[in-house]
Amino acid sequence: MLKKKVVKKNQIFGKVDTGIEGFSVISEGGLPKGRATLISGTSGSGKTIYSIEFLWRGMNKYKENGVFVTFEETPGDICKNVESLGWDLRTMEKTGKLAFVDASPTEGDKILAGSYDFGALIARIIYAIKKVKAKRVAIDSITALFPQYQDAGLIRRELFNLTAALKRIGITTILTSERIEEYGEVARFGVEEFVSDNVIILRNVLEGEKRRRTIEILKFRGTVHQKGEFPFTISKIGFKILPLSGLELIQRSSMKRITLGNKELDRMTGGGLFRDSIILVSGPTGTGKTTMSTTFVDSGCNNGERCILFAYEESQNQLVRNGLSWGVDLTKHINKGLLRVVCRYPETMGPEDHLLFIKDQLEDFKPNRLVVDSLSAMERVLSLNSFRDFVISLTSYTKLKEIAGLFTSTSKTLLGGESITEAHISTLTDAIVILRYVEMHGEMRRGITVIKMRGSNHEKEIREFEIGNNGINIKEPFSGVEGIMTGMARSIILAEEYELKKLG
Amino acid sequence: MKKKAGRKYVLKLYVTGQTPNAIRAISNLKKLMAEELKGIYELQIIDVIKNPQLAEDHKILATPTLARVLPEPIRRIIGDLSDKEKVLLGLDLL
Repeated sequence: MLKKKVVKKNQIFGKVDTGIEGFSVISEGGLPKGRATLISGTSGSGKTIYSIEFLWRGMNKYKENGVFVTFEETPGDICKNVESLGWDLRTMEKTGKLAFVDASPTEGDKILAGSYDFGALIARIIYAIKKVKAKRVAIDSITALFPQYQDAGLIRRELFNLTAALKRIGITTILTSERIEEYGEVARFGVEEFVSDNVIILRNVLEGEKRRRTIEILKFRGTVHQKGEFPFTISKIGFKILPLSGLELIQRSSMKRITLGNKELDRMTGGGLFRDSIILVSGPTGTGKTTMSTTFVDSGCNNGERCILFAYEESQNQLVRNGLSWGVDLTKHINKGLLRVVCRYPETMGPEDHLLFIKDQLEDFKPNRLVVDSLSAMERVLSLNSFRDFVISLTSYTKLKEIAGLFTSTSKTLLGGESITEAHISTLTDAIVILRYVEMHGEMRRGITVIKMRGSNHEKEIREFEIGNNGINIKEPFSGVEGIMTGMARSIILAEEYELKKLG
Repeated sequence: MKKKAGRKYVLKLYVTGQTPNAIRAISNLKKLMAEELKGIYELQIIDVIKNPQLAEDHKILATPTLARVLPEPIRRIIGDLSDKEKVLLGLDLL
């Protein structure tokens, strides 16, 4: 007897897979089974969609029926609102998979005369659960109770009774509540969080003129989950959560090297790019980043590899024409089906949507090589945090799929300096190539150097290069010059001569 | 006191089983009816645990809830009806 009890106590709570994309990764399996979870967020943060999707996926994917308790909108309005997502709740209701408990405000006066409880509400919910044999219940939103019934202590007690009753019969419940600030109290009336064991926060933050949606699991009592905010988007078919760190753990690493399309550059990087790594090419405008991208893609296609190029600054025609001027025929590769060029202004979509768009493209085309030219264009439309998330997510995804990536970034000043892009993502890439203008003897020349090559040796010199009819032509290292990287190139020889002259 | 001659009162009291609130509400209401509406009221007591569909149909959340169905418009008074003045106010008897 005793032994049995101990085992029961130590049992880990099961989880219920919500069916919401990405949620099982950040929650490590789903919502705690047979328990209540509070979803709190500001107005418009996606609480209602989340709770309906929880029920909808349950009914359609896991044969778990649901009950939706609505305090704000009528069931009719709710059905209409989610029609556009392809969720036909009316049919679900007719076929006995879904039941509504309509607790939306009634017409007419309500007078409070003495003590009361929410016995009728609890009875109705239990009745609805029995009617459709529900396993999932969503209650949206409990905030509406407060102005109507005023006594916060009583509401708290009654909600506690409700969740306890649902727990007893093994129902997994979602309660939503409204909050006023994105980073403040969990919920508006300060008591909502105490009625549930688990709290999830949905945010819709304005960051530098851009909206950014995130989901954070604040607590899961007695079980594990991932911590921190994860970006999500509400797509045409529902929630899509992008679990960033979840992906990083399973990366393999490859020792196989691939060519960057230029013998000298391969030599500089110690033998070419690792099969599953990311190289960042950074330099001011006009130094040859796009040329390098095109060369990279061309050499891939020539080896029969599939390549995809996201061009944010030039159209396909421009790319093809420019390629021809240094002897690269992109059209040939496109016609063969080895190359796909995607030209799109990043301004046309939100960041999360854009990432999904890229992922869809990658999944569809299954490339071996990926080029993003340039990341700085993405940076233009994203806030700093979103941009970092975007790059982390993209790099971990490409590594997972063993895609070799070349990203370009544009530095702000012509001479020296570093781009913001570089500063924020340099640790995320495996290799960095810097392109710089070098002013010498009244001429603008170009310099190239490899400053980072994870897991390999690389040349340390700054070499001169030109772009000619045959593409990139890397020459000898600059000698007798220093200060190129800072943009203050000066000839050491001249300076020495000058010093010597002064000495007489 | 308002005139109630010729009027008929139809009242429904929703309760959850035999809770103290329910017992108090029934006794408070009966006392009040005997004093104020002798012979001209009709009272139905509904236990929402036995009849949850009725509670659903009439969108009852809190118990006890006293609904004045007639005369119209419908009025709802929530609680164990211990606040006599508010009950009378709610029933338009003040």
